[in-house]
Amino acid sequence: MMMKAPVGGAKHQLLPSCSLLALFVALALPSHAEAAGTRAGSTISNTASASFDTGGGTTTIDSNQVDLLVDELLDVTVASNNPADVPTTPGATGQVLSFSVTNNGNGVENFALSTVANAGGDDYDPTVTQIYIDNGDGVFDPATDTLYTPGANDPELDPDESITIFVVATTPGGAVDGNRGIVSLVAEAVTGTGDPGDSFPGMGEGGGDAVVGSTGADGTDAGAFIVSAATVTLVKSAAVTNSLGTADPVPGATITYTIVATVAGSGSVNGLTITDNIPADTSYASGSMTLGGAPLSDAVDADAGDYNGTRISVALGTVAGGQTRTVTFRTTID
Amino acid sequence: MRKAILILLAALLPGQAMAANHVALANDVFVERITTDAQGKQRILLEEPRVVVPGDRLVFVLNYRNAGAQPADKFVITNPLPDAVRFADAGDTRPLVSVDGGQGWGRLEELTVAQPDGTRRAAQPADVTHLRWAFQKPIPAGATGKLMFRGVVK
Repeated sequence: MMMKAPVGGAKHQLLPSCSLLALFVALALPSHAEAAGTRAGSTISNTASASFDTGGGTTTIDSNQVDLLVDELLDVTVASNNPADVPTTPGATGQVLSFSVTNNGNGVENFALSTVANAGGDDYDPTVTQIYIDNGDGVFDPATDTLYTPGANDPELDPDESITIFVVATTPGGAVDGNRGIVSLVAEAVTGTGDPGDSFPGMGEGGGDAVVGSTGADGTDAGAFIVSAATVTLVKSAAVTNSLGTADPVPGATITYTIVATVAGSGSVNGLTITDNIPADTSYASGSMTLGGAPLSDAVDADAGDYNGTRISVALGTVAGGQTRTVTFRTTID
Repeated sequence: MRKAILILLAALLPGQAMAANHVALANDVFVERITTDAQGKQRILLEEPRVVVPGDRLVFVLNYRNAGAQPADKFVITNPLPDAVRFADAGDTRPLVSVDGGQGWGRLEELTVAQPDGTRRAAQPADVTHLRWAFQKPIPAGATGKLMFRGVVK
């Protein structure tokens, strides 16, 4: 005969001894509160109790105890830390992408790291030179971060722990302005990877199995470089004036030189300086330099221009792509 | 406090031994796996818990039997939920639950939980710490029955 459970259980039927026993069990239970889940190797124990009266007073009995060993779930995620493409320049070395690797499993696990730079979907393949494990400050510094060697120092992560990984690459010299190069970081559980549900008997933390979780026990994410280059074009022109009112370069005539520097590309040019030697058989006209129409002094001083007796020099500093700078100066023909 | 409880437990032990002949309570745990066949039909399988990982659904089954000659009155079954298990449901077995470690009891929909700001919110299945079935009628001699509940490995 089967008994159905009651529909209207009432509090007054409960017995004090039973409540105390239940409370004691609650106090004795260990505490697990991991976001990644119950720690691998821990035991889930279940026991129920029944109390009743068969005429001789209240009796309480315990059921058998069922113990379940929690197996290790292998899960990992990789996420790029670069919210936007990282600017680089053709031929640049030591270009850095940053990634986070997180152990989403419930056991301590080592993760093998590798990179993929030739998966396509971009314009060039960055050349990965090193992978570094961050020392915890989130800032790349090859002096304090640890160079990664596959199989030798695969990072070990506790459940829920994250580390920062730096991928160092060289940008090929042939890359041009606007080119994009993608590098993916791959992290794989050293215990094993596979389809969700695949298991590795006895290889889990705490003696249970290791089971591939929803991530396949491997993770990957892409970061990208963007080539931000700039080119400089200089165009120099000369105009002659003389006392005759013609354009003939006779002695005493004045030559006005105009140099236009045009910067093109999405990058910018740093430390751009225009110098020009004063041609033989001509003399520089003192105080004749201008930049963008504004006069410059000949002395080495706060303004951008100087004349040292043989050449003029105008320091333009950093000029962004799409901008031009115009320098003029005058000489007279000896 | 702890000593007092131990003495209490010790006092209960003789009763346990004597009663073992009369009423039996067996506890089994299965893992519920949902598989999808080639036709896209979902099938629910109960498996022996050979491998258990966070996120697995566990089905706890309690079988009781009154093997004695007398009806068992005031029959109450209590199951403290293992800490690593988040309560999901109890099918149609309508248990009383506790959300405070076994101090207060009621239907889940009647219970509330204190929040850090002092207000109280409706209790959720995840708040359940204990389950209890209190039978209003005696269990006749020779009768058997089954209770179940589901939980998810945290």
